[in-house]
Amino acid sequence: MTELLQVRGLNVVFSGFRAVTDLDFTVSAGELRFLIGPNGAGKTTLIDVITGLTRPTSGSVRFAGEELLGRREHQIVRLGIGRTFQTSVVFEQLTVLENLDLAATFRRPLGTLLRRRRGIADQVAEAMEITGLAELAERPAGVLSHGQRQWLEIGMLLAQRPSLLLLDEPVAGMSRDERARTGELLRLVAKEHTVIVVEHDMDFLRRFASTVTVLHEGRLLCEGTVAQVQADPRVQEVYLGRTRKESAELVKEAS
Amino acid sequence: MATLNQLVIGASIGAVLLLIALGLTFTFGQMGVINMAHGEFIMAGAYTAYLLQPLVGTQSVLVALPVAFAVAGVLGLILERLAIRHFYGRPLDTLLLTWGISLILQQVARDIFGAPNVQVRAPGWLTGGLDLGGVRLPYNRVFIMVLAVGCVVAIWLYLTRMRHGRRMRAVMQNRQLAAVSGVATERVDQLTFFIGSGLAGVAGVALTLIGPVGPTLGTNYIVDAFLVVVAGGLGQLRGAVIAAFALGILNSFVEFWVDNGASFAKVVVFAVIIAFLQLRPQGMFVVRTRALS
Amino acid sequence: MTGAVATVPDRTAGPGPAPLSRSRRLAGPALFVAVGLLLVAVAPAVLSPFRLDLLGKYLCYAIVAVGIGLAWGRGGMLTLGQGVFFGLGGYAMGMHLKLREAGPGGLPDFMVWSGVESLPALWRPFANPVFALAMVVLLPVTVAVLLGLLVFRQRVRGAYFAVLSQALAAAFVILLVGQQGLTGGTNGLTNFQMFYGLDLYQPGDKRFLYLVVVAVLGTMFLLAWQLSRSRFGQLLVAVRDGEDRVRFLGYEPAVVKTIAFAVSAGMAGIAGALFVPMVGLLSPANLGIVASLELLIGVAIGGRFSLAGAVGGALLVNYAKTIFSEESADNWIYLQGAMFVIVMIWAPRGLAGLAADARAAVRHRRRPPSRSVAAPIPSGTPSANGSAPPGSADPVDPARPVDDARPADQIEPTGVPAVAAQRGEEPA
Repeated sequence: MTELLQVRGLNVVFSGFRAVTDLDFTVSAGELRFLIGPNGAGKTTLIDVITGLTRPTSGSVRFAGEELLGRREHQIVRLGIGRTFQTSVVFEQLTVLENLDLAATFRRPLGTLLRRRRGIADQVAEAMEITGLAELAERPAGVLSHGQRQWLEIGMLLAQRPSLLLLDEPVAGMSRDERARTGELLRLVAKEHTVIVVEHDMDFLRRFASTVTVLHEGRLLCEGTVAQVQADPRVQEVYLGRTRKESAELVKEAS
Repeated sequence: MATLNQLVIGASIGAVLLLIALGLTFTFGQMGVINMAHGEFIMAGAYTAYLLQPLVGTQSVLVALPVAFAVAGVLGLILERLAIRHFYGRPLDTLLLTWGISLILQQVARDIFGAPNVQVRAPGWLTGGLDLGGVRLPYNRVFIMVLAVGCVVAIWLYLTRMRHGRRMRAVMQNRQLAAVSGVATERVDQLTFFIGSGLAGVAGVALTLIGPVGPTLGTNYIVDAFLVVVAGGLGQLRGAVIAAFALGILNSFVEFWVDNGASFAKVVVFAVIIAFLQLRPQGMFVVRTRALS
Repeated sequence: MTGAVATVPDRTAGPGPAPLSRSRRLAGPALFVAVGLLLVAVAPAVLSPFRLDLLGKYLCYAIVAVGIGLAWGRGGMLTLGQGVFFGLGGYAMGMHLKLREAGPGGLPDFMVWSGVESLPALWRPFANPVFALAMVVLLPVTVAVLLGLLVFRQRVRGAYFAVLSQALAAAFVILLVGQQGLTGGTNGLTNFQMFYGLDLYQPGDKRFLYLVVVAVLGTMFLLAWQLSRSRFGQLLVAVRDGEDRVRFLGYEPAVVKTIAFAVSAGMAGIAGALFVPMVGLLSPANLGIVASLELLIGVAIGGRFSLAGAVGGALLVNYAKTIFSEESADNWIYLQGAMFVIVMIWAPRGLAGLAADARAAVRHRRRPPSRSVAAPIPSGTPSANGSAPPGSADPVDPARPVDDARPADQIEPTGVPAVAAQRGEEPA
């Protein structure tokens, strides 16, 4: 497998606080990678650095051979990296279709955007299909439920046909049914894309047989399959030392 | 020598800008409102000194300072209670709203005091100046600088040493958290508005020492004061101090050294601020956090 | 990874542009034609030359308003320095007209009065009519592009941008006033006789000039309208409501904003260039802080989210200004101040917003539209059926006036005014 994303020697410091320390992190093309860790582990900071939102103190982030550090956010997106946010942000005044269309046209020169949209682009239609939002196409995004918003965000990413997707806690705050549907969606998406998912929800994680990276206090703690990670005493300790609920989950699932 | 003389003039203008900008930066930082009527509090302070003059006599400036502080502060409080508090967190809307109020207040002043400028006589001990080997230190300008420095020190002590001041900083940094921690944010807001507006009144009194008083007195300074806020960083005392003096001094140097400089000074200041924003888009002092705007 | 967008026009059965009933689809163009006819045919016939000149002046302001509607309403950029662009266009035109009048080798009158002996180099190229016309647009657009790129790229926005644009207006006016020999100082440029072959003292020629202004306004309106309903217009709204999110879709918001800002600046420049012959003078008082805010209040009153509202508001406010100033200038200032306060407190979306609310209320009483999205939607969209089934009425529709692709209601569905605008300006 070719290495798509390589993070080397990454350090991030916020006004004296070390959010990420000497982190090495590699993701191969076609992988579905989960990123877990207690609060403050540096998961979102890592995503922020990859997507250009946060400038690291030192280190290197290479994507398909290109150095990402120093590039502006939109340039990184144009290289083929898309992300969602913990709190989903969609354009509430635009319809679902318009949101998707806006995402899909990002590579077109601005001059060609001066005309009205006629018809539906293929990748928009596909994105609506895969996210199941086709019926809601004409609704303003502002009236969508929380789950639907997350799907719309993922759909907007898909419409951009990125080669790497970064999903920041896609099932946080979702109902049981929504989680299940998001799981299905993620399975579909992961077939054709490289995906990194930041997730707290161990239940959700267990459904996927894939590699898990555990971060703790800004450092890489361990990496492996779900079972391996759960069996790792360091991971148990980290979670036990943190919150009761999460550690209880871990123990329950490990046994 | 001329350079030093200009430095004194520039610094005194900077001191006035600082007094004006303090109120703006705190109300903007804490409540997210932009108060264009702030300029009229300056004017109110200046007219207060004018009205007190026949009553108090030659030492009226000293009396005028606290009275103008109170008058402008109360005006600010009224404005906050009647209109602005419905607009928290909507700077653009408050900007237009308070612009309307500013127009009305200016016209009220014109109806009461007449359109022509009036003069406030400075007390004897503020006329003349000290000659230091060719550098002239006019007493009125020195007084203004001392006044501003005094106000800033007082504000700083208030913000760092007193419970009320610390509450104000808490609300400025995180309104919701302060509210759930038991800070009566509404009270704090009112107090901030009172102090900020009051300082504008003090600035108005200071301005009577170096020029005439007219209904549009505030308009002439409000734009520069806003630039101080932009360059200094939101709600930053340190930033406001540096930016105000830098702006005042730059302005007076361009006016003096460039041919027909008075007409270029504002353009140069504007260009310098745009250039500065290329280096520090959020002003001089920002705390680096990971919050997404 | 191909970026090609294969449009499939046949997919009409799927969701396309929002469906509108026939009458509603025609209401906008009908209004446009009706107002156009009123301005072109009726106004010159019934108004005295003096009143027609005044109307022409208002229409110049309305051209500025269209630009402000685009930049502020759609793009969320509160520009308090639109007078600068108005002035740049106006002075470019005024300089040319003054040189025409002075003749080859001659000096404009005010230069003679202020003792200037030879024509300043800055003035010389403006003798060329084509150069002057080009500058009318290029000067404001260049300044706007420079300012926009420098400021927006650094993510300086919202209130900061408003304050900076206001400072620009202040600096510009002081510069103009200070350069007496170059600009005519406080008096500005006055006494225009001819405008590209039109004698400005001939009522017939003046009427023709008025018609030119009407035509330009119509063109600018259509241009802004087309921009708003294009993909670019949606992008602009998206930038206004979530600049950071747009950045993560691979767009550079600074470029989008700069384009909209430059278009609005260009419109203001053209308006200024027409104002000069229409009114016969241009002075710093027409473009300072106060004048710039006066350009804005019309848009705020008419409704910043609606282009038609912006135009109507500009006409209304300037008409009111004439009426009240004729009696007493003081009253006008009180009224103007009161207008800002009233609009911001009671109708932040302006008259167009009130109208949209009223329309929505009427519709709501007739048939409450279903807002629940979770409910299954009958297969086949309303557009395919030709008529919308009552339960599934497009929730966007009640507030989607045809004259305005992005209706007020849709912009602020929460009912909390300016929430959208605020988001972009929260200090980071």
